[in-house]
Amino acid sequence: MINKFNKNVKGVVIEGITLVSALIIIAIVIIMLTVIIIGGKDQLSWEFLTSFPTDGMTKGGIFPAIYGTVFLVIIMSIAAVPFGTITAIYLTEYAKEESIIAKTIRFAVRTLAVIPSIIYGLFGLGFFIKFVGTKVDSIFYGGALTWGQPNLLWASLTMSLLTLPVVIVSVEEALKTVPQELRAGSLALGATKWQTIWKIVLPGSISGIMTGTILAVSRGAGEVAPILFTGAAYYIATLPGVGDQFMVLGYHIYVLTTQSANVDQTLPIQFGTTCVLLLLTFILNLTAVILRYRIRKKKTN
Amino acid sequence: MFISSLIDQRKSNNSTMTREPSKENIVGKSTVENREQVHIDITHKKFRFSDYLAEKVIKGVAFLSITIIVLIFFFVFREAFPIFSSSKEVTATTGKIVQEAQETYGAVTDQPVKEEPQETYGAVTDSSQAQEQYGVQTNDTSITSDPSDTYTVSAGSGFDDNQSAINTLLTKDWVPVSEKPRYGILALIIGTFKITLISMLFAAPLAILAAIYTAMFANKKMKEIIKPTIELLAGFPSVVIGFFALMVMATFLQEIFHYETRLNSFVGGIAMGIAAIPIIFTITEDALTAVPKSYFEASLAIGASKWQTAFFVILPAATPGIFAAILLGIGRVFGETMIALMATGNAAMMDLNPFNSVRTLAATIGAEMAEVVFGDTHYNVLFLIGSLLFIFTFILNAIAEFYVKGKLMKRIQGK
Repeated sequence: MINKFNKNVKGVVIEGITLVSALIIIAIVIIMLTVIIIGGKDQLSWEFLTSFPTDGMTKGGIFPAIYGTVFLVIIMSIAAVPFGTITAIYLTEYAKEESIIAKTIRFAVRTLAVIPSIIYGLFGLGFFIKFVGTKVDSIFYGGALTWGQPNLLWASLTMSLLTLPVVIVSVEEALKTVPQELRAGSLALGATKWQTIWKIVLPGSISGIMTGTILAVSRGAGEVAPILFTGAAYYIATLPGVGDQFMVLGYHIYVLTTQSANVDQTLPIQFGTTCVLLLLTFILNLTAVILRYRIRKKKTN
Repeated sequence: MFISSLIDQRKSNNSTMTREPSKENIVGKSTVENREQVHIDITHKKFRFSDYLAEKVIKGVAFLSITIIVLIFFFVFREAFPIFSSSKEVTATTGKIVQEAQETYGAVTDQPVKEEPQETYGAVTDSSQAQEQYGVQTNDTSITSDPSDTYTVSAGSGFDDNQSAINTLLTKDWVPVSEKPRYGILALIIGTFKITLISMLFAAPLAILAAIYTAMFANKKMKEIIKPTIELLAGFPSVVIGFFALMVMATFLQEIFHYETRLNSFVGGIAMGIAAIPIIFTITEDALTAVPKSYFEASLAIGASKWQTAFFVILPAATPGIFAAILLGIGRVFGETMIALMATGNAAMMDLNPFNSVRTLAATIGAEMAEVVFGDTHYNVLFLIGSLLFIFTFILNAIAEFYVKGKLMKRIQGK
């Protein structure tokens, strides 16, 4: 009797410990969200979002940073989503599961996902700026410095490499939810493989491609390390083009908190910027999570 | 396999289908049929070609991810390589460096924006400054081409002979910008390991226990709360976590533990742990749910309680997966840059006190790369650190991928 009681108590305690750990994690997320949102909510206004920084960055808004972030993720998506989708199509539709090629590609994708983001920054500097950029300059501009320096294009392309695995994994997951019967039916009717993919498989997995894009955008909007030295700038007086350096939300937070001379004075702006970035990624992720759960539900049904 | 056999079938079907009407046409019943036949033939061939093309293009693009890995490998190492070349090659490369510097000095001048925000505020390219820097650089290269001078440096840019840079690599002093630059990365490596250890001690138990709860004990409703929350945490930008650690957590923890330096490896470690929790949690949970249901049922049937089953049956079966989770968590923390830059204090101190500031490898690259002169020894050393990080995470991932997976499969299949 006592033994059984002990056993039960032990069980409850152990289950309780695991429950508490789960609750701690949830608490961390909630605390971070609330602290940052409460700290930044007074700052959030239409003016803050749409005006330039003034008074040596201590006042004003963050419009150039938002503009830079949006510009960055758009170019990044244009580069990453098609390539990611095509790779996912190859992995699910063409490659045999056990073939060496498919295995190597899968390994490469997972490796891309775990390489530290700062390495992408180094790669962007070494490859895009110093190799491609200087080559382009010497061929088309007679050596005049045009593309061989940090700019928005190189930063976006660097970021697209970083987000490629995100797209691949999401699209692959979605492609797998398209029932084999649909493919078989399409092929049986005389459609070629490419027709089947284009007309049957891809439309069926459009939500997965959306999820991948959203997750990639959210990741790209938040990452700072890859663009530290491939294009992000402290302050730009005009809105950037593709060939210019640019301001970006994450880098803005980093610079204001650690590099600026008057950290305390800019504290409201820091909280405001962090709040904007967090809400942006939060909303994007929430959409992706909901989409993804729908896809998974479809799969189990 | 299923699909490919279907295709083969379809191929043979197609060929017979096209052949049969053509025979009829040879018999020659009507011209309409004849025209139809021609039509089918053309479209048929056209589709085959586009199909072939599509497959080749898709296959080519799929190799992109492998290509990227190879390119990263190549270009990161290429920039790090000049350190290891002998003095003679140094003269050759420095010649090249002057040229490269000529081409890229604009990029260098863009960067000091960070250092002196007041000066360059509003004007990004300061040409006079650029001229200055460029001048300094040429002086340096002419000096460094003399191989007998080991510690020749001119003030400012910290140019140094490559040979001496190698000699200082395995010391503990990281003083890249000085009269006598020393690139001792030992303190950085130890700092990185220290912070990794702290973050793993914090994150691994928390994430694994939470994963056990989610996989074993939680009801459906709890699962639907926990899993999306973790996914949202995974979506938190590291700069936001860094900001939280710097502004809120550092002060809060200091009030509890009463240590001296506000930003130290403890704060940084906890913050990085928060960043690593989603990875460890997700992989552990996957590993736990991958254990066959029959294990669970058999254990309960013998009379074990739920928690006994969880800890003595399921957990041991999933150990390789949990091991992989921790490895990937370590990889995440090891290369984390923004949190390290913002919350660790960034002082290269070599000790084991968790309440002292540290400087990690990744943070060193992040903080200094923007301010070095392209082609400088300092620049090469930073790329060398990058290569170290790359190799380390690559190996971690490879272990997690091959060794662990093989083991997990074997255990689950009961071999």
